Amino acid sequence: MEQLIGELKIQIIEALNLKHVKPEQISDDQPLFGEGLGLDSIDALELIVLLQQKHNTKIANAQDGPKIFKSVRSIAEYITLHKTS
Amino acid sequence: MNQVFVIGAGVISAIGNSYSECLSSLMHCRSGIAALTTLDSIHKGKLPVGEVKLSNEALAEATGGNPALTRTALLGLHAAQEAVKDSKLPDLGAWRVGLLSATTVGGMDKTEMFFPAFMQDSKAGKLKNVVHHACGSTTEIMAGYLGVKDFITTINTACSSSVNAIMMGARMIRHNLLDIAIAGGTDALTRFTINGFNSLMILDDEPCKPFDANRKGLNLGEGAGYLVLASERVIGNLQLNPKAIISGYANTNDAYHQTASSPEGNGSYAAMKNALAMADLKSSDIDYINLHGTGTKNNDLSEGTAVKRLFGEQYPRLSSTKAYTGHTLGASGGVEAVFSVMAIDNQCVFPNLRFKTAMPELGVQPQMEMQKTNVNHVMSNSFGFGGNCASIILSSFKS
Amino acid sequence: MIAYVKGVGNISPQMTWRDDAFSIRDGDQTGNYLSAIEPDYAAWINPQQLRRISRILKMGTAAASIALQEAKLSSPDAIITGTGMGCVEDTGKFLDKITTLNEEALNPTPFMQSTHNTIGSQIGLMVGCKGYNQTYVQGAFSFEHSLMDALMQLDEQPDFNILVGGVDEVTETYSQILQRFGLLKRETPRSMDIFSSQTRGTILGEGAAYFVLSRTAEGSNASIQGIKTLYQPHAHELHDGIDSFLAEALLNRNDVDLVLTGKSGDAIADKQIDRDVNLRFPQSSLAVFKHLCGEHMVASSFALWLAVYMLKHQQMHEAVVIKDAGRPLKNILVYNRYYQDHHSLLLVRSC
Repeated sequence: MEQLIGELKIQIIEALNLKHVKPEQISDDQPLFGEGLGLDSIDALELIVLLQQKHNTKIANAQDGPKIFKSVRSIAEYITLHKTS
Repeated sequence: MNQVFVIGAGVISAIGNSYSECLSSLMHCRSGIAALTTLDSIHKGKLPVGEVKLSNEALAEATGGNPALTRTALLGLHAAQEAVKDSKLPDLGAWRVGLLSATTVGGMDKTEMFFPAFMQDSKAGKLKNVVHHACGSTTEIMAGYLGVKDFITTINTACSSSVNAIMMGARMIRHNLLDIAIAGGTDALTRFTINGFNSLMILDDEPCKPFDANRKGLNLGEGAGYLVLASERVIGNLQLNPKAIISGYANTNDAYHQTASSPEGNGSYAAMKNALAMADLKSSDIDYINLHGTGTKNNDLSEGTAVKRLFGEQYPRLSSTKAYTGHTLGASGGVEAVFSVMAIDNQCVFPNLRFKTAMPELGVQPQMEMQKTNVNHVMSNSFGFGGNCASIILSSFKS
Repeated sequence: MIAYVKGVGNISPQMTWRDDAFSIRDGDQTGNYLSAIEPDYAAWINPQQLRRISRILKMGTAAASIALQEAKLSSPDAIITGTGMGCVEDTGKFLDKITTLNEEALNPTPFMQSTHNTIGSQIGLMVGCKGYNQTYVQGAFSFEHSLMDALMQLDEQPDFNILVGGVDEVTETYSQILQRFGLLKRETPRSMDIFSSQTRGTILGEGAAYFVLSRTAEGSNASIQGIKTLYQPHAHELHDGIDSFLAEALLNRNDVDLVLTGKSGDAIADKQIDRDVNLRFPQSSLAVFKHLCGEHMVASSFALWLAVYMLKHQQMHEAVVIKDAGRPLKNILVYNRYYQDHHSLLLVRSC
């Protein structure tokens, strides 16, 4: 799980072009949306694509995004539960 | 300033290849939405869309156009020719005529055939497939066939494009820069837009339910719709019978987000309000609103909120005809302006197909069935990506 | 229909975004196209937006910001943008992904940013402008029609400040396609040498130029006195068109101090420009501009920037002058031509 969390931080920074953010600056449980990293609805869609492209995990309903993408840890947990091999 | 009259209308969409066919479908509740058949895509046979039921070859034959033209140009030509014929203008050459056309995809239907081969090898891919890629090219092709030379322009403000084209046509007539404006828009279905909207996760995998509590998204469509606008001088000179007048319009920006509308519907509210002000009408004067009503969670809630803010509980009869045609993107304003003319001409309002339950947040109840009723003033809304909002009011000639 | 230029912003293959702009240099040339010299955008665009938006959006929003700053405005009343080809890079990116990923798991950002109106709406979003926002996509008339609309807006709303601009970008892919159409030079001349080449074709460029226009002259160095487009004109229609255009502004050809033409380095087209335009202005100074910005559908917006710049400084830059008639600069006629079919006229006057 820790490895996945670490991997995700790097991938999120790259996918969302968060140029000024380093992986170690994102804590595992910090909110990503709203006040947190200030991500928005388009970022949520990009994260959906990231999960599908890099982790074989599909999210069929964009409305589930806010819950799944609450923090890096919640993303990692979702992937671990739902990844299709 | 000059009054602006509508003297002709032409349309082609999933529900008919002409004004009369579309009108018949609207009146008989015949939706044109069905699974994608024409494009070479993984969504073929699955995704519900509003396809025009004519092939490029059939469109070319009907219009005298070259079958190798882009589908966007052929659709546009088909509808624009019908509009010009409908106007009964004896000689376009006697007047200052402009063609103001809207499109979002331009020649993309052909460009996306070029790209796969070109990506493998920059010397591959047929150049004829990209020569008319640019939006402006579509309009110049149409102008060539229509014999329009004085003014040719293309507008692209996403889904609000055609209303903006009609607006600009009206303004140029009012400024005495044109006598006649053929104005509207055209867009063909493409893999580009289907996949684009799919990536935004706002497509419904079933036929859409605009303004319904359980709506899931939009269905894409294709088509074209044009009005022929004329100045008072033209009407007087030729003793023509106008179908309607353009009494008000407005272009505003939501300035909230690139693809989502503000929850309060600020841009939509301002567009409708300003159109009313320009028309010197009260909200209670509007007999029917042809909603933008795409069927997405966001648009319908935002637009519904704006409607209630402006009209209160006494909102007029309203419906989204996108449940019939799908969302024809850049053409939607033009197609729906023609439908608005139909509403005035036939003194009726069209139903909002597949509506069952009102949005709990608003309780807005669209028109459930086809109804003959007094229709003097119709408002038609078109709201696009980039917060581009446009609203237009068409009124019966006698009023 | 007159409009005063209150502010200008230009991102182009020259250092046009600086106050002292004009240190002419060899453009950043790759093969047959010039790329814009881009500033550090952080001066005008916040990091949140900067991370997401594409290059063309950065160019457009920066140019708009610079123009608004000069006009001392935080937001205009209307935003009108002309772009011939729109957001070419993102369009190409999305097309690419559709094929390579076989329509599965596609990133939405390039699609969202591919629509032509994204430039104008990004500016609206950035400055919070809720007013009229329009985008013209009529090829090489996109900027001209935007200007025309702006002048009409000022007739309708005389107290408005209108932000109007032209934006087009070049990519490697786009230049490859135009090369295959035979529209670019076969050889690869330096942009500064294109007018001495005896061959057909041009070199491409790009740019984003925005202008704040208003009806008040205060603080302005230049005014737009007229705009006209001519589509597929015969030579005599061009001659008559120029004369009638000047007559509408109560001028004749002798009143024009400088004719700034859109010669592109295409040997035949440039000879026609000499015959149909330059030689008909024997009393005027003559200048060119496309060696600085390259050919693109909104090159006339670069020309307008240049005309305003020269009127402000009352000086013709040596890199653009081909004939100096020694006249003080009051009336500049810009004549642009994009390949065969699209010709336009702009009259700019000092104030």
